[in-house]
This record gives sequence, structure tokens and C-alpha cells, in this order.
Amino acid sequence: MIEHLPALIPITLILFAFIAGVLGVMQFKLSRNVAMLGALAAFVLSVTGTIQVLQTGPMHYSFGSWPPPYGIEFVLDTLSAFMVLVITGIGSILLMFPTKPGFMIDEQKGATVYTVVLMLMAGLCGMVLAGDLFNLYVFLEISSLSTFALISLGGGKAAVASFRYLIMASIGGCFYLLGVGFIYFSVGSVNMADVLQLLPAVYDSPSVIGGAILMVTGLCVKMALFPLHTWLPDSDTYAPPVVAAFSAAVQIEVSAYVIIRLILNVFSPEFIIGLTPITDIIAWISAAGIIIASILAVAQQNFRRMLAYSSVAQIAYVGLGIGLANPLGIVGGIFHIMAHSLMKGSLFLIAGGIRHHTGIWNINDFQGLGRRMPWTIGAFTIAAMGMIGIPPTAGFFSKWYLLLGSIEGDQWVFVAVILISSLLNAVYFFRIIEKAFSPPAESTASVNKTGELPKRMLAPILILAIGTLIVGALNVLVVNELIMPVVEGL
Amino acid sequence: MIKRYDSVIVDITCRIMVPFIQLFAIYVIFHGHYSPGGGFQGGVLLASSMILHRLSLGQKESYAKLAPRNASILGTGGMFLFMLTAILPIFFGGMFLDYSFLPIPGLESAMLRYYGILIVEIWIGIAVFGCLVVIFDRLTERRWG
Amino acid sequence: MGDLTFHYSYIMIIILLVIGLWGMLGKRNLIKKIIGLNIFQTSIFLFFIKGALKEGATVPVIDPELGLEAASYFNPLPHVMILTAIVVSVATTGVALALMLTIYRNYSSLEEGDILERMGK
Repeated sequence: MIEHLPALIPITLILFAFIAGVLGVMQFKLSRNVAMLGALAAFVLSVTGTIQVLQTGPMHYSFGSWPPPYGIEFVLDTLSAFMVLVITGIGSILLMFPTKPGFMIDEQKGATVYTVVLMLMAGLCGMVLAGDLFNLYVFLEISSLSTFALISLGGGKAAVASFRYLIMASIGGCFYLLGVGFIYFSVGSVNMADVLQLLPAVYDSPSVIGGAILMVTGLCVKMALFPLHTWLPDSDTYAPPVVAAFSAAVQIEVSAYVIIRLILNVFSPEFIIGLTPITDIIAWISAAGIIIASILAVAQQNFRRMLAYSSVAQIAYVGLGIGLANPLGIVGGIFHIMAHSLMKGSLFLIAGGIRHHTGIWNINDFQGLGRRMPWTIGAFTIAAMGMIGIPPTAGFFSKWYLLLGSIEGDQWVFVAVILISSLLNAVYFFRIIEKAFSPPAESTASVNKTGELPKRMLAPILILAIGTLIVGALNVLVVNELIMPVVEGL
Repeated sequence: MIKRYDSVIVDITCRIMVPFIQLFAIYVIFHGHYSPGGGFQGGVLLASSMILHRLSLGQKESYAKLAPRNASILGTGGMFLFMLTAILPIFFGGMFLDYSFLPIPGLESAMLRYYGILIVEIWIGIAVFGCLVVIFDRLTERRWG
Repeated sequence: MGDLTFHYSYIMIIILLVIGLWGMLGKRNLIKKIIGLNIFQTSIFLFFIKGALKEGATVPVIDPELGLEAASYFNPLPHVMILTAIVVSVATTGVALALMLTIYRNYSSLEEGDILERMGK
């Protein structure tokens, strides 16, 4: 069974998706338990896969016993194992959140919602594991389609946001497909390892450069990098909380991972850094995005919209890591993927829980919330500390690697950008913490005077918040074992 | 709610055309691994025959022939059977989607792959048929506004 | 000029791509956006199929007269990739139509300006 692991991870999720769908029509509670079981099973499989990869090296799995240039291949190496851990781990924790506040849906209409969620996770896992360029497009579209359906569960405004996301995500996916076409017709193969070998012969031709630029542009639309981010604030503000957590905390980062994979393993780094200006442009756009998105986040009154703009800024950190193009920068970017998904996941769940429990939507109404919900605001404080970058949370270490990478590349502008943006993060998070811990004002009489969130909502929030501390403490282990072997070639 | 189309000519013509469209669709499914065609194309043709049925004969009569719930079961059932056929080779020694390890007695490896693709095309055709009929039913189930 | 007339299909592909993009981004009505999406995706399919052609080649089913050389059959791999992409396009159109229904039921309009006004922006 061990050698079948790269294929078993998405297959388990798809099988459990079907079982959850059939059970959802008959008995809904069972569907939720089956979905959690499926996500946990996939997480166990990915942990097994990670241990296996650390011991014996990358695993290649060819479908149908057709050898690689002819057939489809799934590859599990340390970077893929890292990403699959992030996707399945955070997915299984997010599924613990109860259904009614998490997905804004009840039993009658939403019988098959867990099928779509598990297909989303299966699509993301397939994107990470795919060994050839076209299969990556197929799984990209699987996850996009699931997200369109899930975002629109939030009501009328969410449907408009989902339509806008549909148009932009389809443009992004089709640009990626066009780029794959350019590369295929220049080289003759779509397998990633094959392209890496065959590409140096045709480096200078305009079609290869055009193909690379098209692929990266398409993925930047899906990644919500700065000028192309306009779909993210609307879709994350109105979507149900768990879906917003999936979309902003996991899906964007898988697209950023695909760009990293393209730079490292498909177009070798000499091509991307030497012959094309892609990494320079990404670095400068990300720097602009970090500052502008943080400023926009300070200006928001709505809690969810502020978190959405904060997501745009945080994913621009990963973009900055890609754009720096030296080993420490890329390590910082990849580690920030894990750190950001943990922190943002817990923040979106907190927003959803508070909204469901007390109806609070604006930051001004947060007055005095710290007395009534101590555990929730405590988890919020830990996550906020991570976003700002205070040790020992995971966010501090990722910014540390990014700083080291920019110093090594002599890019003092980026050092200034990272420090200024940390200050801006502090501004908009500390004002919430200050409001929450100050005594309650008498004017907020319209808000329900309820107490702490129920335990079933608190459990995933606390697990994710404590996770940032644990990952921060273990960061040396994660970086040395999982990320360093991939960037050694630089 | 789609009402029955109010003309005798349309009624008789559609009643005659539907079985021929379905026959052609089955032909396209079964020849998919050898000539242009295949699971998806044949499934779309089957679904179009059902949509013609629903459009011309109205909702009451057509739902009696194929209710939306049964179409949904056909759709998910087809996909589930496809996944089972794909996973079966793992238990018999091969890789995922390797049809030469399917447990059908009396056939050699190349013929097993041939028939394996055929079986999978049939499941995909049924799945696509079910899904497209479900999409059509959801889009037309209530009056707008 | 000879090159331009020989590669006329690439010019058509670019024209269709730009028409599709303009339809998606420049038009206000939601149905026109979906039509623009379909035109955009169709132009990409045309690009793949154009790249699979070879001069003087025939259908990729082995003919006993032509033998086994690869130059006399055109490339079937892009065609298979396009099949998958067409399925994705159909599914995306289905989801877009369902979303349009939800928007219409909530806002009674399919013009983007009206919808944004009623949403309260």
C-alpha cells in the first residue's frame, strides 16, 4: 500500500465525498461525521507519506503503469508533502466547525455541501501532487468549480461576489492553459521532469518566454497578487466563514506554491531569473501590494473585509519571497504559506463564530467583548501576534527568513517594506484588541449579551491558534527537513 | 414549470425523434475508444434527448418517466462506479487505473485494457447524462422572480 | 505577407480571444459576460487544435497502407486535452447560469449597474 500513497490521498477524499453525498440525502449528521473522517484519513495518509519521503526520497507514481513521458504521473517529494500536510491538516480542523454557522446552510437545502467541500480538498491535493502541467490545470478547475458553488451559499451578495470570482478565475485558468499550450508545442511534452530536460535547447525562442509569462500571469490571478486581487475582498466578506477560510487561507497559497514549483522544477531557475524579468516584476508588485493592501485594511470598518485585505497583504509576502529569488527568500515564502494558513484560518473562524453568536459585524461593536468571550479573544490575540510577527509565533519566523533573504539580495527597499507593513499590521490588529479589552460601553445595548462561544466552535479556533505557536517552536525542524532540500539547487 | 407544447406536430415529431437520438448516443459511447466519440460526448447526446423530452411533453409527463431524484442517483452512481473500476486494479497488483489487472477471466493484457476503457466510458456516459439532466431540472424548476 | 496568409488561423484565434475578453470585462449584462467567457475558451481550444495539425496527415487510426510512421498521422494528444477542457467549460457555464438565477431571484435584474445599486454599494 505504501507505494500507492501519492494517488491514495486524492482518491480517499473523492471516495469519502461520494459517501458523504449519498448519506447527506438520507441523514445529514452522519454526512458531517463521514466528511470529518475522510479528511482525517487523508491527513493520516499525508503524514505517512511525509515520513516515507523523508526516509527514502521522492516517490513517483505512474497511472496505469504507463511510464512517465507517455502517461500521467503523480510526484510526492518534500515540498509536495509539506503542502499536502497543510491542506489536509487545516482542512480537517476547519471541518470540525459546526455546519449551521460554518456554511450558513440547513439540512433541507444543503444536503450535499460536504461532498463539494471534500471535492475542493481533493482538487487542491491533486494540484499539489500533479507531475505534469495539464493535470494541474484539471485539478485547478476542480477546486475552482467547488469554490464557486460554496461561496454562493452566503446569500444574495455572495452570489454576485461568486460571479465576479468566476469570471476572473476562468480568465486565470485559461491563461494558464494557453501557456501550457505554448510550452507543449515548443518542447513536445507536458511532463514536468521531461520539460526540465528538454527546455534548455529552446530557451531563447519567444514562444517559450511567452508561455512562461502567460502561465505565471494566470496563476497570479488565482493567487490574488496585488493588481489582480479585486475578487478577493468581496468573496471573502460575504462567503460563509469556513468557505472564506478555505478560499483565503488555503487555496490562494496552493496557487503560489504552483508558481514556486514552476520556477524550481519546470523552468529551471537560470531561465526564469536570467532570461525573463518575471521575478523582478513579481517582487516589486508584491512590495506595492503589501503596503497598499495593509493601508486599505486599516481603513475598513467591517471585520471580515479587513481580514480579506489582510489576506491580500499576506499573500503578497509569499510573492515577495518568490520574487527575491535567493534560497532564504523562497524558504521564507514557503514557510509563510503554513504560518499564514494557520493564522488566517483561526481568524476567519473567529469572525464567523462571533457573527453567528452575537451578530456583530463592525469593529466598533467589539467594545468589551474580551470580558464576555475570554477564550475567543485570547485565540484572536495569539493569531494577531502571529500576523504582526511577534516571536515565538510562526509568523515571526517567516518574516525573519524574508528579511534575511532581502538583506542577502541587497534589496533594502524590501527590508523597509516588510518592517513598515508589520507596523501597519500592528495598527489594525491592536485597535481591535484594545477595543475588546476595554470596559463595555452602555450604547451597545442592541447587541446580545451572550457569553462565550459554544465549545464546538471554540475547539477548531483554539487548535489553529495553538498550532501557530507549535509550528513556530518547531520551525527549524520544518525548514531543515522539508523545505531546504528543494531549494538547494539555487 | 414547463408546460406541454401545444401542437400536435411537435408532439409526434419529438416522440419519434427521442429514441433515435438515444440510439445514436449509445453508438457514440460504445465507439469512443476506437473512433471519435466517447463517454462525455455520448452522455451529452443522451441528456439532450431527455431535455427534448422534457421540453416538448411538459413537466408532468416527463417527470413520470425520469424523476429528478433518479437522475441525480444515476449521476453520482455512474461516477462512483467509475472510481471503483479505477481502484480495483490496486487490489489485484497493479497501479491505479491500470486496466490490465481487472479481474475478468480469460482475456490477455492488451484486450483487458481495450475492454477496460470501454467499461469506463459507459460509466462516464451514465454519469454525464445524470448530471446534465439534474442541471436542466434545477434551472427550470420554479418560476423566476 | 506570405507568412501572414499562411498563419491566418493564428490571426483568427487572436481576434476571437480579444472579442471574448472584451465581452467578459467590458459588457455590463451578465449573460453577455458568460457568452464572452465561452468565446474566450473556444479560441484557446482552436489554438490547441491548430497546433496538432501536420501537412498531409490523416486521422490517427493506424492505416495498413500508411504504416507506422508518426509523420502521417496528426497528433492526438492536444485533442484529448481539449476534450477535458471542453468538459470544464461546460461545467463552468452551468455553474455561472445557476449563479445568475440566484442573483436574479434576489435582485430582479441582470444588469451589473442595477445589481450594484441594489446591493447598496
